[in-house]
Amino acid sequence: MSAALARPGRPRGLALDQPLIVLALLLCWQGAYAYAGSSAITSPLATIAYAASMLQQGWFWSNVGATALAFFYSLVIASLIGVLAGLGLGLWRFAGDVTEPVLAALYTIPKVTLYPLILLLFGLGLPAKVAFGVIHGVIPVTLFTLAAVKGLPPVLLRSARAMRLSPRQTLLHVLAPAVLPEIFTGLRVGFSLTLLGVLIGEMFASQKGMGFLILNGINLHNVKLTTAVVLIVVVTAILANAGLLAADKRLRRQR
Amino acid sequence: MADGLAGTASVPGAASLAAPGSPHASMRGVTRVYPGAAPVHALGPIDLDLARGEFFSVVGPSGCGKSTLIDVQAGLAVPSAGEVTFEGRPVSGKVPDGIGVVFQEDASFPWLTVTDNIAFGLRRAGVDPAEVRRRVEYAVGFMGLRDFARAYPVQLSGGMRQRVCIARTLVLQPRLILLDEPFGALDQQTRLLMGDELLRLWRETRATVLLITHALDEAAMLSDRVGAMSARPGRFVDLLETGWPRERDSSLVAEAGFGAITARLWSHLRAESLKAMGGAPP
Ligand SMILES: Nc1ncnc2c1ncn2[C@@H]1O[C@H](COP(=O)(O)OP(=O)(O)OP(=O)(O)O)[C@@H](O)[C@H]1O
Ligand SMILES: [Mg+2]
Repeated sequence: MSAALARPGRPRGLALDQPLIVLALLLCWQGAYAYAGSSAITSPLATIAYAASMLQQGWFWSNVGATALAFFYSLVIASLIGVLAGLGLGLWRFAGDVTEPVLAALYTIPKVTLYPLILLLFGLGLPAKVAFGVIHGVIPVTLFTLAAVKGLPPVLLRSARAMRLSPRQTLLHVLAPAVLPEIFTGLRVGFSLTLLGVLIGEMFASQKGMGFLILNGINLHNVKLTTAVVLIVVVTAILANAGLLAADKRLRRQR
Repeated sequence: MADGLAGTASVPGAASLAAPGSPHASMRGVTRVYPGAAPVHALGPIDLDLARGEFFSVVGPSGCGKSTLIDVQAGLAVPSAGEVTFEGRPVSGKVPDGIGVVFQEDASFPWLTVTDNIAFGLRRAGVDPAEVRRRVEYAVGFMGLRDFARAYPVQLSGGMRQRVCIARTLVLQPRLILLDEPFGALDQQTRLLMGDELLRLWRETRATVLLITHALDEAAMLSDRVGAMSARPGRFVDLLETGWPRERDSSLVAEAGFGAITARLWSHLRAESLKAMGGAPP
């Protein structure tokens, strides 16, 4: 999956693509508004205005803080577990060969089936939100890391042995730089999915956070609130992902 | 054990060709079988003594175990039977100090520039930075990589990457250099010139060289001795001495004896290559 990303340089026309996509999304949004009316969704302009007013309010920021905290914990835990598990499974080839299809299968089952279990285990609040985030993010990080280690050309490790590197030096100076770009891609995918998991967790298992605001808006028929929060989340996620993608490309420039 | 006897018998005069005194590196009855559901007998039995400072080449049909031979001599693979030594000490499971290996595959590190690739081993060994710079600069020039010192491997051709790998090994100043088809990715002209450079380097460093090649003329021109290997499991079917002077270069290809050596190698390899490809020898 890295081959397409590996080409150095920027594809032409990208500068034009992004505004076009934004314009298309706005048109779709306006279309949805025209179709469903203000009981389901608010118009782009009204939403942007309301979102801007929310940014000046304390209650909004305390919800942002709750989501950010849960997301931070989830991302750290999912990344740590994913990278370590991927490295371990990749280096212990047999275990990796056995687990990879299992992980891939696990990845495709709808996580919704696990929600009751998590609620039973963690109750409501931060731990449950974090758990939701982790179960969504950890498997892609593991799979990308595992693929990175398995895809490592054996001759690189043989070179390390031929140059009499210690295991520590091999890990630090050959293995780590060789798998880093692939792992970073895994973290980038894990980032989006972890955020998704946390938001879902907040809808099911919390009284605070962006996910809670979205659900709350729906329950109270506060369409303005729901649409504005969704807008802010989407914009934040897109910006973060664009940043990570740029970093990803930088990492791969030499490959 | 019949195998072992057959292996020794098929190398007439191998012992007499060995250097006087103790060999720099040696293999005694070495075989390598890749284990598995259907074990693959890849190599041997092999008996070989490399004299200190000797240039020895191995030619053999594809898949006959040449790379396996290098792995075993380097300590990268453990022989299934037999003994391997380097400078009088047994080799097994670990690459001894003083052996340098250039692999058949591209082993350049894609995340490092040409310069950093070449300096890699020296830096890990804790060599003084000034000395690293001196040796790397020399190697970069020697290998004709001056214009690409700051380039990354992806920006280089296959042959240039292989030169980076050769340089990375040479700067470590190994006393025994194992080269596994290092010029495989080069065109004939560059190959001959690189051969000249290799000879110059060999004379200057006084290192022992074990070169695997599929080019018969290269083996004939570069070597003091050439070993011709059978189809898998590879054994030496012929060990011939070229008798070239130590001061030599690619102009040897015009010598009268050169054609005779190449012809003799081909007479062995033709039959073995046919076997390796599944055909019957004529
Ligand atoms: N890891 C392995 N597991 C099983 N069999 C192997 C392995 N590596 C090599 N072999 C087998 O051992 C034999 C010798 O392989 P080797 O790579 O040493 O040949 P070679 O002479 O270097 O070939 P080439 O000229 O193509 O480089 C081959 O038949 C190969 O299929
Ligand atoms: Mg080979």
